[in-house]
Amino acid sequence: MNKPLLRTLLAVGFVALLVGPKLYLRHEATSAATQARAEALSHYGMSLQEVAAASGIHFTHSIPVVDPKLANIAPMIASMGASVTIVDYDHDGWNDIYVTNSQPGSHNHLYRNLGNGQFVDVAEQLGIADLNQPDTGVCMGAVWGDYDNDGYPDLLVYKWGRPELFHNDQGKHFTRVTEGSGLPAWINAGAATWVDYDRDGRLDLLIAGYWPDDVRLENTPTTRVMPDSFEYANNGGRKWLFRNLGNGHFKDVTQETGLSSTRWTLAVLAADLNGDGWPDIFIANDYGVSELYLNEPGPSGRHFREVGAASGIGHSPKSGMNASLGDVLNSGEEAIYVSNISEPGILVQGNNLWMPDSQHPGRFNNLASVMGVELGGWSFGAQFGDLNNAGYLDLYLVNGYVSGAPGSSYWYDFSQITGGNAKIISDAANWPAMKGRSLGGYQAKRLWLNGGDGRFQEVSSAVGATDTYDGRAVALADLENNGALDIVVANQGGPLLLYRNTVSPGRNWIELDLEGSRSNRSAIGAKVTVRWNEQEQVQQVVAASGYAAQNEHRLHFGLGPNAVIENIIIQWPSGQRQVIDSPHPNQRLHIRETP
Amino acid sequence: MSEATTETSAPVANQRGLGWFFSLDNRYLAPILITSILLAGEFSFGVLESWSKLLLAIGTSIAAEVILSRLVVGKWPHLASAYISGISVGILIRSPLFWPYALCAALSIFSKYLLRWRGHHLWNPSNFGVSAMLFLYPAAVASLSIQWGNSLWPMLVVWTLGSLILARLRRFHICLSYVGTFVALSGVRSLITGTPWLADVAPLTGPMYQLFVFFMITDPKTTVRSKKGQCLVAVLIAVVEAGMRLDSVVDAPYYALFLVGPISNIVDMLRVRNAPAPIKAA
Repeated sequence: MNKPLLRTLLAVGFVALLVGPKLYLRHEATSAATQARAEALSHYGMSLQEVAAASGIHFTHSIPVVDPKLANIAPMIASMGASVTIVDYDHDGWNDIYVTNSQPGSHNHLYRNLGNGQFVDVAEQLGIADLNQPDTGVCMGAVWGDYDNDGYPDLLVYKWGRPELFHNDQGKHFTRVTEGSGLPAWINAGAATWVDYDRDGRLDLLIAGYWPDDVRLENTPTTRVMPDSFEYANNGGRKWLFRNLGNGHFKDVTQETGLSSTRWTLAVLAADLNGDGWPDIFIANDYGVSELYLNEPGPSGRHFREVGAASGIGHSPKSGMNASLGDVLNSGEEAIYVSNISEPGILVQGNNLWMPDSQHPGRFNNLASVMGVELGGWSFGAQFGDLNNAGYLDLYLVNGYVSGAPGSSYWYDFSQITGGNAKIISDAANWPAMKGRSLGGYQAKRLWLNGGDGRFQEVSSAVGATDTYDGRAVALADLENNGALDIVVANQGGPLLLYRNTVSPGRNWIELDLEGSRSNRSAIGAKVTVRWNEQEQVQQVVAASGYAAQNEHRLHFGLGPNAVIENIIIQWPSGQRQVIDSPHPNQRLHIRETP
Repeated sequence: MSEATTETSAPVANQRGLGWFFSLDNRYLAPILITSILLAGEFSFGVLESWSKLLLAIGTSIAAEVILSRLVVGKWPHLASAYISGISVGILIRSPLFWPYALCAALSIFSKYLLRWRGHHLWNPSNFGVSAMLFLYPAAVASLSIQWGNSLWPMLVVWTLGSLILARLRRFHICLSYVGTFVALSGVRSLITGTPWLADVAPLTGPMYQLFVFFMITDPKTTVRSKKGQCLVAVLIAVVEAGMRLDSVVDAPYYALFLVGPISNIVDMLRVRNAPAPIKAA
C-alpha cells in the first residue's frame, strides 16, 4: 500500500475513533427518547400520576440546622433526614405512610390511609410526631418491626441524636419506651433495621452510625468533623447491634458479634445473602467500600465475619447510599443494588448491582453496567418492585444532592477539596464556601423497567415521573389495594410525593402478607419463592430497604399476562418450610406460619 | 503519559546495592516506577476500577503501537512507551464502562503516529487520549480524583521515589518548576476567590497529580530541548492551568498541557536550526 493512501486511511480511522462513539451514543439516546414520548403508557404497561396534594398529603421536609462554624458547607452537612416508611400500623388492611422531619422543633407525620384515596395525618394524636425537640438531635429515619410479637408493628426512629423506641398499643396509640430499653443516649445514625440475627423468634435491632458519636453538629467545638478521605474514610460512626432480650430490653452485643465497622454508613440490609438460612448484613458506606458481614456460628452464639473484599463487593471504594435487594433475573438469586455518584466528566462512580456469582459461590459480580442501571446522577434511595406487573422486578431511583441557585455549580470546588489528603479534607474549615451553589442538584429520576432479558430501560419521564427535587428515600406500596405498586418519595427540603401507579389491565399479580408464629411475628427474614408459568422469583421480608426507607410489609409479585401459579414456597426464619399449591393470582393472601 | 523516558539508554552494569538502580537502562525506569505506584496503590488502597479494565487499556495500547509502528514506520516498536500509555490510561480515567479504556488507549497511540510535525509527535500520547475522552465523553468518563488512602506516608513515599527517578533522568527541574508555580499560583487563586489556600493546593496531594507531574509533563518526546525552556514550559502549563481553574475547569491540568505542550514543541522546533533527523516513533 502506498504511503499517502495509508496515511489517509489511518487519518480516517483516527477521526472515526474520536467522534464515532459520540455520534453513535447520541443516536441511541435520541432514539430512546423519541420512542418513549410516542408510546408512553400503552408501551410500558404503566403510568404514574403525582397525587400527594390531591390525596390530602401536604408535607414538606425541613432540613437540620448545623453549627455556624460549619456554615460554609451547611447545605452538604444538612443534606439528609428525609425518610419514608410504609406500615399498616392499625391492621385495617390499608398501607399507611410515616415520614420524618429534621429541623429542630419540626414534626414527623403519620399519614393514615382512609381507603378512599385520601390520607390524614395522625402522628400528633398517636404520640409519634414531636421528635425533633431541642438537645435530642434530629430525625434521620424510621423502621418498623414487631419487637414484642403482639401483632402490631413497633417503631424505631433513628436520629443524629437520641434514638427513640415506641411501642404500638394495638394501633390506637404509641408509647415511648426508649428509657429502659437499653438504647444509648446518642447515635449519629445513618441507617437502622430490625433483624432476628440469632433466629430466636425475637427481632433484634441494628443501628449504624454515620458521623462519629461524639460529634454534635448543631453545636460543635471543632470544624474537624469531616471524613478523613473521600474514598477510604474510616472515622465514621460505630455500629450498634442490640439483642432483644424479650422483656422490652435490648443488650448491646456489637463487639461480641464482630460488627467492628466504623465507616460512614448510609444504608443497611439484613437478609440471607449466602443461602444458609441465616440473615447476613450488608452495609453501604459513604466515602468508602461497602461491607458484607456473614452470619456464622461463633464461640458464644452467632458471629459476623466481614467478607467484603473476598466477595468482590468491598474492592472499589465509592459513595454507597443505598442497599436494596431484588431477584432481577427471576433466577432465584437476589442482587444488591448500591447507589453512588455519577456526574459527567467529574465523578463517574456508577451504581453497583451486585449479583451472586453462580460459578463461584460467595462472590458477587457488578452487573450494573451490563444491565443498564449504573448511571443515576447523585443517586440516593432505590427500590426494586414490579411496577408494571410484567413478571420482572423494575427499579426506581431517586437522586439529586443539593439544588442551589439554578445554573450555579459547586462541583469544581468539591473536586478540588475531595482530591486532598486527610489533613485537608477532614477539616470543614478547608472546604470552600458553597454560597448557595448547586451540587448535583435538579436531577431527573430514574425508572428502569426490567425487560426480562438482562437489560433495563429508562422510562421515568415517559411514564410520568418528572420531578427534579433532591430525592432521598423512596418506598413502594400498594396503597389502593388494587395490585399495583405506588411510589412514595421523600425529598430533602422538599415535598413528599405520591406517584399513583396505573397498570395496564390483563397483567396479573399476587400479594403475600406473612405472619410468623414460631418465627418473629413480622416474619422478617422469611424467604418466599413464587413459581408460575415455568419461572420463579424470590423475595425476602426485610425491614429497612433502600435509603432511609421501608417498603410495605406485603410481598408483591407481578406475574404478567395469563399467569398460572404453580406454588408458593415460604422458608420461615424458624427453619420451617411451608408450601401453598396453586393459589389464584390477583389476590392478597395473609399467610400465617404453621405453628 | 510518559512514553518517554524511553529515548536514551544507559549500559546495564553489574553492581550491588543501589548500584543497580543507578545503572538501570533508562527505558525501564519509568515503567518500573509507574508499575510500582500502581501495585502499591492497588494492594494498599484499591485505586483501580478493576484489573480487567487496566489490562484492556494496556492490551489496546500495545496492540495499537505494534500495528501502527509496523504500518507507519515499518519496524517493531519498543513496547515500554505503549505500556506506560496503557497503564496511565488504566489509572487516570475512571469509568464504570469498559469501552472508554480501550478507546482512550487507542486514541493515545493514534495521536502519536498521526499528529506529527517535522517527524515529531506533538502531544504526550496519554495526555491527548485522556483530554479527548474528558472533553468528548464526560457522561462516561471522569479523571482519577482519589487519594492514597488517608495517610500522608504513601504520598511522601511516591513523591520521594518519583523525584529520585526524575533526578536520575535529569528531568527533576521540570517537576520542581511546575510544582513551585502551582503552589504559588494556588495562593494567588486563593486571594482572588476567597477560598481556603489548602483547598486550592489540595489536588497536589493526590495520585493524579503525581502521575501528571512524573509522567506527563516530563515526557522527553514532547518537551522542549533546553533546560531553561523546559522550566519555562512547566511554568506556562501551571499558569494556563491556574487561569482555567479560576474559570472552574475541573480537568484544568490535562487541558493546560494539551494546549501548551504542542505549541511549545512547535516553537522549539522553529527556533532550533539544524534540528536533528526526525525521530522515529517510540
